[in-house]
Amino acid sequence: MSEYFFISLAAIVAIGVVAVLLLLSTILGPRNPNRAKLTPYECGIIPQEEAKGRYPVRFATLAMLFIIFDIEVVFMYPWAVSLGELKLFGLLEMVVFIAILGIAYIYIWGRGGLEWD
Amino acid sequence: MFHLAFLVPLFPLIGSIVNGFFGLRIGKKAVGWVACGTVAFSFLVTLLMLGQLLFTPAEERLFEQTLFTWMAAGDFNAAFGFQIDPLSMVMMMVVTGVGFLIHVYSIGYMHDEYSYYRFFAYLNLFMFSMLLLVMGNNFLMMFIGWEGVGLCSYFLIGYYFEKKSACDAGTKAFVMNRVGDFAFLLAIMYIFYLFGTIDYTEVFHAAPEKLILGAEPVTIITLLLFVGATGKSAQIPLYTWLPDAMEGPTPVSALIHAATMVTAGVYMVVRCSVLFNMAPFSMSVVAFIGGGTAIFAATIGMTQFDIKRVLAYSTVSQIGYMFLACGVGAYTAAIFHLVTHAFFKACLFLGSGSVIHGLHGEQDMRKMGDLKKHQPVTYITFLISTLAIAGIFPLSGFFSKDEILYHALMDGNTILWGMGVTGALLTAFYMFRLVFMTFWGESRVDPHVHPHESPKVMTLPLVILAGLAAFGGLLGIPLVHGWHALHNWLEPVLHFDMASTLEHSKHLLHEVGRHAPHWEALLIEPEENIWIEISLMLLSLTVALTGIAGAYFCYVKKPGLPDELIKGQWGYDLVKNKYEVDEFYDATFVEPTIQGSLLLWKKGDAQGIDGAVNGVAQILGWCGQQARVVQSGFVRNYALFMVLGFIMLLFIMFF
Amino acid sequence: MEHIPSPTVDLVSLAPVLVLSVFAMMVLLVDLYVKRDKTLVIFISLVGLLMTAISAFAKFDLPVHSFNDSYVVDELSVFFIMIFTLSSALAILLSIDYNKREGIRMGEYYSLILLCTVGMILLASSTDMIMIFLGIEIVSICLYVLAGIRRSDPKSNEAALKYFLLGAFATGFLLYGMTLVYGATGTTKLGLIAELIREEQIASKPLMLMGIVLLIIGFGFKVASVPFHMWAPDVYHGAPTPVTAFMAVGPKAAAFAAFFRVFAEAMPVLSPSWESLLCIVAVLSMFIGNVGAIMQTNIKRLLAYSSVSHVGYILIAVIAKNSLGSSSLVFYMLAYAFMIFGAFGIVILIGRKENEMLEIADYSGLAYKHPLMAISMSVFLLSLGGMPPLAGFVAKFYIFSAAIKEGFVTLVVLAVLNSVISFYYYLKVIVYMYMKEPEGEFQISLAPMTVFVVVIAMVGTAGLGIFPDPILYFTQH
Repeated sequence: MSEYFFISLAAIVAIGVVAVLLLLSTILGPRNPNRAKLTPYECGIIPQEEAKGRYPVRFATLAMLFIIFDIEVVFMYPWAVSLGELKLFGLLEMVVFIAILGIAYIYIWGRGGLEWD
Repeated sequence: MFHLAFLVPLFPLIGSIVNGFFGLRIGKKAVGWVACGTVAFSFLVTLLMLGQLLFTPAEERLFEQTLFTWMAAGDFNAAFGFQIDPLSMVMMMVVTGVGFLIHVYSIGYMHDEYSYYRFFAYLNLFMFSMLLLVMGNNFLMMFIGWEGVGLCSYFLIGYYFEKKSACDAGTKAFVMNRVGDFAFLLAIMYIFYLFGTIDYTEVFHAAPEKLILGAEPVTIITLLLFVGATGKSAQIPLYTWLPDAMEGPTPVSALIHAATMVTAGVYMVVRCSVLFNMAPFSMSVVAFIGGGTAIFAATIGMTQFDIKRVLAYSTVSQIGYMFLACGVGAYTAAIFHLVTHAFFKACLFLGSGSVIHGLHGEQDMRKMGDLKKHQPVTYITFLISTLAIAGIFPLSGFFSKDEILYHALMDGNTILWGMGVTGALLTAFYMFRLVFMTFWGESRVDPHVHPHESPKVMTLPLVILAGLAAFGGLLGIPLVHGWHALHNWLEPVLHFDMASTLEHSKHLLHEVGRHAPHWEALLIEPEENIWIEISLMLLSLTVALTGIAGAYFCYVKKPGLPDELIKGQWGYDLVKNKYEVDEFYDATFVEPTIQGSLLLWKKGDAQGIDGAVNGVAQILGWCGQQARVVQSGFVRNYALFMVLGFIMLLFIMFF
Repeated sequence: MEHIPSPTVDLVSLAPVLVLSVFAMMVLLVDLYVKRDKTLVIFISLVGLLMTAISAFAKFDLPVHSFNDSYVVDELSVFFIMIFTLSSALAILLSIDYNKREGIRMGEYYSLILLCTVGMILLASSTDMIMIFLGIEIVSICLYVLAGIRRSDPKSNEAALKYFLLGAFATGFLLYGMTLVYGATGTTKLGLIAELIREEQIASKPLMLMGIVLLIIGFGFKVASVPFHMWAPDVYHGAPTPVTAFMAVGPKAAAFAAFFRVFAEAMPVLSPSWESLLCIVAVLSMFIGNVGAIMQTNIKRLLAYSSVSHVGYILIAVIAKNSLGSSSLVFYMLAYAFMIFGAFGIVILIGRKENEMLEIADYSGLAYKHPLMAISMSVFLLSLGGMPPLAGFVAKFYIFSAAIKEGFVTLVVLAVLNSVISFYYYLKVIVYMYMKEPEGEFQISLAPMTVFVVVIAMVGTAGLGIFPDPILYFTQH
């Protein structure tokens, strides 16, 4: 149990320090909020628009598509390395895998997921 | 013939389905024919089986029919099966016979109703459930029937659903019954737990071998069963629903709330007589609750003015007698009284229905009087039944009630006997009060109403029932040994060998190294003494006549007397307000809820709460409100609760 | 180079998964080329489900373990596959008219139901925690999308988003629990875990117990048990009605199958430590589910809360953990499938294009206008409440007797008490249908396929109640 003791001691100390610091700063820190102080840039530059900008949802779709096919390739590396051992069955498995992704590709294409407008 | 048993409940079911689904299309006449015809067929089949049962040697009178295995789970095996034996045969005869007459009567009584077909569909469905209840060969079948009749009763009480009071009464009946049902279900589970089966034959066969006389298990089972019975049979403390149930149409009151369903509890206790015999403590509970209810309800009955409510309290009181009989081990007497009660009480209810029908819906006895010349047939039949219930020789009630009182005295319990006699006095009084106020004296009928006799379709059942009420007592002629037909008939079912059970229990106790208590008193069979019986008969006759004379004096001779007597008597007001039991239930269940909600929720929706039923609902509703606060719709709160749940589980796991 | 251990491949035992996956992809592709009419797509989906059901019987001499003991074909999984295919087929049948009415035109809908079913089959047949996780994720992801498939409806969106966020949260718990169990035992295979526990060779008991708690949370979320149930009312309410019915049955059954496998089959020896937790969760689910349902005015939310309480009852089967427990679990899920699809079928029938008629008050006086529908709804509700002789009664009875056999008397008493409470709100709906005056007009067009589902459900509910024996026999052998 002794090793747990030190770990838990460390955890308690860590939590304690954080808690105490947060508490101290809230208690001791002076607080006089005003408009200028609450703007994103306290240096004086007046913000032009909301900080959270919007961008088209297409980016997200594309990113997701990218990941799918990216993972396909990631899978192919270890497979390629051990193809000698996996033999014909391994080859067939990979064919099925690619076929499934191929169907996904056809589907995306058909649904217009790749068009940009 | 016995293999036709399944037809008996099947016919009403078919009737119910036909009327329920096609009732509007086939017309009123056909609905009536279907409803009555199906019950008539059931009655015929029952008669045929009765014939065959009569020609079977007494000890072989047990026939079981398993239609199919309903479910088999592990050791558990529930069959959808029927059991025909003398006891169930008696019940089947009562249910189908009286049921048929009431069906016929309803054709006339319900004639002007819009949803005529709905009424008959429910009524047939009720017959089906009731027959399942009495014919089943295991506890589960009984429970199914039990629930079924409860549901039908709920539908029928709330038949006039436009009336709020009718809906409330239905709900009250349903919920109060569920309290009893819950106990019944627990009893069944416990029985299964102990015996590994719920088949009557097996359980009752195994009970004397497995259970110890008077020990906890059998006492708990029987008490739970009895709580179930108090719910269905309207005994203390679960009786308040029955008077309210009079909101239903009168034939329903006659069939369900007088003749059949409410006596299901008695049937159940008698059916389980083996278990009850083994639990002396439960027996005395049954006896005292029964005796107490008999007096208690009778006193309330004396003060009511609604004709049906008087009869309702009378029913509660008479069922009390039946339980009193069960409690002193006189099961035959209980069933005997059940049968005669079915006759005369059905007749009384139907008679009151005829009065109400003749007066276009008037139920208040203060607005009746002198109806005997307008409704002669109703009057005669009503009088015969009243004489029967009051216990006048040689009508049926005399024999059955007297037998109960005799057994109560012979059991050595004078208190119970005293309760019974007092109840008899009160019964004679309030029943004749009813007769005198309704049929005698000056007419207090609203001058715009012209009382008239009911049509033949209604009076004919009355006449038949009155005949049964008059001569039903012949089923059990006392005094002469061997002439008591019902006793001989039920003997094979009720047979119980106390001596060997006692020996066995002693043996079981010795095995675990304990000593048997003094059970010898249980073995003493009271000697049959003709002279005691005869003198008791004379006594109860005197008591009944006293009651009638009292009623005559108060309500015919000096009609002003009762009002003077009761003026300023707080006792009378207490009784008239039904001992404030409803108020007590309100105060114990509802009021704290209201206060609690006010306190905790700042505004309690106190309106529209009446009855313990809604009280419970309010409590649950309040919990629901709290749940709603928690269910805020914010994902972050939901996640927070998951974390809290995690902490809770972790806490429980490790501490 | 080290040798890669190749698993024992047994494609035949995987047949249901493979068949259904192929059909799901087929649906996806076909849908691309038939734009308007969905009949073909639906037809293919139903054929696929039928083929799957048939292919479940491809193996004899059960149980068959394959893929290094991470996949099993046994009686439990075969029976569950039947329930899954049945519930998916019913869901698709319910959707036909509903989707037309509500303007859901996406063919992916059907494909997602099929894929979800693939996940459920995996979930019910896995004996390896990684596979279980995979199954759960396949199921969940499909459900996230299905819940939000009515893209123009904010309620549907809300449902999907809530379900997704909380689901991801719960998945975290589940996965963490699996890791801890792996840490304690060194394996993810349920069979091996059971063996290790029996031989008391667990590396660290606290780690194991911690893992169990986390697993309970993960599964508890998936089956919607208290206190991890809060998503259920919102999601059930917002999702399209057929999807709600589907969610209440199929995925829940699958999660319960896994629940049973992990707890009752792999860790029965540790039961003293997890039994009490599950008891608490079960009792809480029953109470909070029932009490919550009482307050509802919306029929879908009412059914959602009632399903939470049903989870409580079903958990009793897991707690009982005997063979009777597994067969009663299966029976309950089957009975529940019929009741729920029946009830939601009626809900769909009563709704119309502009107004889905989801308030209970909308049911006022239904019995006068449409007596048959009112009767059917009453039957389903009473069955849910456990009224004999309907399916719900037998199912409950069966679970309770399994628990009684193991001595959980208090738990059963509480459960019975709860089913009494539940009658209150089931009867409330019936009272509205039978004892209130109609408020508005009912404009009911009897969509044939929905009626068909209701009829099937009716036959199932009544049939299982009156003749439960054949099915009971089948579940036990």
